[in-house]
Amino acid sequence: MNKTFTLTIDGQSVDAPQDSTIQQVLESINKPAPLICAHEATTPEGLCRQCVVEVEGWRVLAPSCVTKINEGMVIHTASERVIRSRRTILEMLNASVDLSEAPELQAQMDEFGADRERFPHAKTREQDVKDDNPFFVRDYEKCLMCWRCVQACGDDIQYTYSISVGGRGFESKISTFFDSPMPETSCVFCGNCVAVCPTNALKSKTEFFMEQGLDYDEIRQEKRAEKKKMGGGK
Amino acid sequence: MIKSQKSVRSTCPYCGVGCQVDLQIKDEKIFRVDAPFGVAPNFGRLCTKGRFGVDYVHHPSRLKTPLIRKDLGTKPRQAIGIEGFREATWDEALDLAAEKFAEIVQAKGADAIGSFCSAKATNEDNYLFQKFVRGVIGTNNVDHCARLCHAASVAGLQIALGTSAMSNSIAEMKDLDVFIVAGSNTTETHPVISTFLREAVVKNGAKLIVVDPRQIEMTQFATRWLRQKPGTDVAVFQAMAQVIIQENLYDSDFIQKRVDGFDDYAASIQESTPEWAEQISGVPAAEIRESARLYANAEKAAIYWGMGISQSVHGTDNALSLANLALLSGNLGKTGTGLNPLRGQNNVQGCSDAGGLPNVFPGYQSVTDPESRAKFEGDWGVVLNPEAGLTTMEMVDAAEKGVIRGYYVMGENPMMSEPDLRHARHVMEELDFVLVQDIFMNETGEYADIILPASSFAEKEGTFTNSDRRVQLIREAVPAPGEARDDWEIISDLAKRVEEKLGRKTSAGFEFDSASSIWDEMARLTPDFQGITHERIEREDGVHWPCPTPDHPGTPYLFADTFPSGKGQLTPLNYRPSQELPDDEYPLLLSTGRVLYHWHGGTMTRRSKLDDIYPDPTVEIHPKDAKPLDIHAGDWIKVRSRRGEIKVKALVTKRSRPGMVFIPIHFAEAAANELTLDARDPQAKIPDYKVAAVVLEKVN
Repeated sequence: MNKTFTLTIDGQSVDAPQDSTIQQVLESINKPAPLICAHEATTPEGLCRQCVVEVEGWRVLAPSCVTKINEGMVIHTASERVIRSRRTILEMLNASVDLSEAPELQAQMDEFGADRERFPHAKTREQDVKDDNPFFVRDYEKCLMCWRCVQACGDDIQYTYSISVGGRGFESKISTFFDSPMPETSCVFCGNCVAVCPTNALKSKTEFFMEQGLDYDEIRQEKRAEKKKMGGGK
Repeated sequence: MIKSQKSVRSTCPYCGVGCQVDLQIKDEKIFRVDAPFGVAPNFGRLCTKGRFGVDYVHHPSRLKTPLIRKDLGTKPRQAIGIEGFREATWDEALDLAAEKFAEIVQAKGADAIGSFCSAKATNEDNYLFQKFVRGVIGTNNVDHCARLCHAASVAGLQIALGTSAMSNSIAEMKDLDVFIVAGSNTTETHPVISTFLREAVVKNGAKLIVVDPRQIEMTQFATRWLRQKPGTDVAVFQAMAQVIIQENLYDSDFIQKRVDGFDDYAASIQESTPEWAEQISGVPAAEIRESARLYANAEKAAIYWGMGISQSVHGTDNALSLANLALLSGNLGKTGTGLNPLRGQNNVQGCSDAGGLPNVFPGYQSVTDPESRAKFEGDWGVVLNPEAGLTTMEMVDAAEKGVIRGYYVMGENPMMSEPDLRHARHVMEELDFVLVQDIFMNETGEYADIILPASSFAEKEGTFTNSDRRVQLIREAVPAPGEARDDWEIISDLAKRVEEKLGRKTSAGFEFDSASSIWDEMARLTPDFQGITHERIEREDGVHWPCPTPDHPGTPYLFADTFPSGKGQLTPLNYRPSQELPDDEYPLLLSTGRVLYHWHGGTMTRRSKLDDIYPDPTVEIHPKDAKPLDIHAGDWIKVRSRRGEIKVKALVTKRSRPGMVFIPIHFAEAAANELTLDARDPQAKIPDYKVAAVVLEKVN
């Protein structure tokens, strides 16, 4: 069971347990691939393709987060093809999604030399901020559909299943059933979705108000108005 | 995007899970709470209270200066709001408090003082509190809210195993095959633990048996749901034991090696058949049989329970009936297997560990044992009282009889948490002196003569011990408001002044420069803590006691080889009905408990944004009961018992059984304890919060 495979990564020979993914091996030699959709608390899904590497003899690039290793694999983590692919993914995401509050992605764009203006006429995911509960806001202009929040709400953390993906293609978006406001869903406001969001599309409301220049006591006044709105007594 | 100026690792101040949090600070305010992934016990998970509910720390109504009652000395004392107090300096307030305590001690004796330490304060605060009460005042009348929550679990587990803590660590939940969740609305009261339990079911195929009269969320993940009538738990578990014995499902090797009393116990439950239990509890006999088989045949099974088991006139029996199941089936002493009372408060385990109980010093060393007493007398340099003190409710009785004349209440709110509040208030009115130390004015503070402002969890250093005995740090993240001070500093200053007023020649020792040095003194006197220091916790994130030496790894699960009492004890039990059951005049059964968005007496969550989503007191009522009374969702309802009445909003739902209503305990304007009765478990002295009789009336 504990058999190991021997791989070659960027010319270096590496032994790893045979049930590892490429990403696990890369982490073990301190050379992790960049990630967008994967998070240490959620199950890798291979959605974003940012962690791709080149495997000799393979027609397509391999997403390292979900690809299991094989004996004798020869892997290149920084070939031109890999870098171009990562750069293009970032450029396309940046064209349609507001990544201004995604520090990790900004760093990746710098690292891979992404041209932030490459697709100036791309259709953006413009929409209003959803503000329907006392705890967090949802600004889906910033959502790159990494799916982490859905996983956190479901089988990776909370087992509450209040959000999922709705719609098709460009229109697909993270949503509740029937697009209901959060308080009308099974949501328990644990905020574990907020914790795994890479772009600040999900943001605690205190932060949201502070950005608008309100201080703590003014936020409390806002909340009081909110309580009335929610049907609260006094 | 708000840039964090400082990230401070700490421990969540709400429940006993002890989630590790990173408080993100800007301009001396907590603006976001993160949780470190990869760190036990919560591994990055939080619930709504930990994530969004710590904003109470910055609430404008935080106490900022010492306060002294304006009509000091007027009797009977009346409950007054903050306007009935005047601001004072620390010197004036502490001198006056010391004088009043000394007066009472000199005139009426040390046992005329009753004291309440705090399951919300640190181990260090509580150690020092009981040191002051025992070593300076000279009484063992010190107790805290554990009496009102898990006292019965403690009493039961002491009889069965000789100790009372949770057997397992939270991290072991993933290894389970079968688990019973009894009387615990885990998703609302211990939300993060509930995620690990649900993970065991969804990801690992574990089987869950829920025993609860209400259709709580955990039932959605259950293989079996035993919906007993409130107060009939003993019958259900006795019948499960009967099945285990009758069908030879017990672990005879385990029983032979590690358990006493099998023959007597087996003889005692011959008549306790599932059919008998069905008559009493309403749970179908077949369900009881299947559940018994499932539990007894499991490779690794554990039992988790909450207030539904312990807050009962037969709470000790309830806990014993669960312990009997574990002892019969050998589900103890292996990873993941055990008996787990889920602790309520962040530091209710630690407050008990630190000696916040009337009968024991820190580490459960008995005050009546001459050897333990000699050890503490030697270290503190004082003579200690050899008689065990009074429990929370016994202190109320003693105050009523005039035996107790003064109260010292630190971070507790008995005027919300005690049963039959009308009576509790009446007792408060007649006391000679009440000192309250808290972060907010609350229902108990309204009766105080002096209120001392304390710092909150985010403003001080110290340790909390979570439900699985893991000692963890809290750290200073923001400054305390105004002149508020750490509890241990206040206690030290008060203790020194009382010593002076009493003319003590030597001090019991209150010269500490940090919480860490207080811990070291406690650890020196407590074998189970001797291997733990603040520095070690810092290095390892947390250490599970018992941990007797610096090179001991700590103890995530208990009873690997033996029980503290040697052998486990099977205890024959008799089912006893609850004290007050519905009748013609009061036709509905009232059960009380908690909701996800609030916390206990509401002192914290009612001052948090959590209150925005659950702003009003409610009553859960079954449609069958609502219909004849013409009650609809959202109607205001008057709920009356023999003790009092409150006004609450109706939630018409099938969650509670027909004939039963459920009222959350968090709302001061409609305190559920106006309705509850002071009926106590004979061994644990815990009141019954789960069964009382009420009548409902629509308010027009």
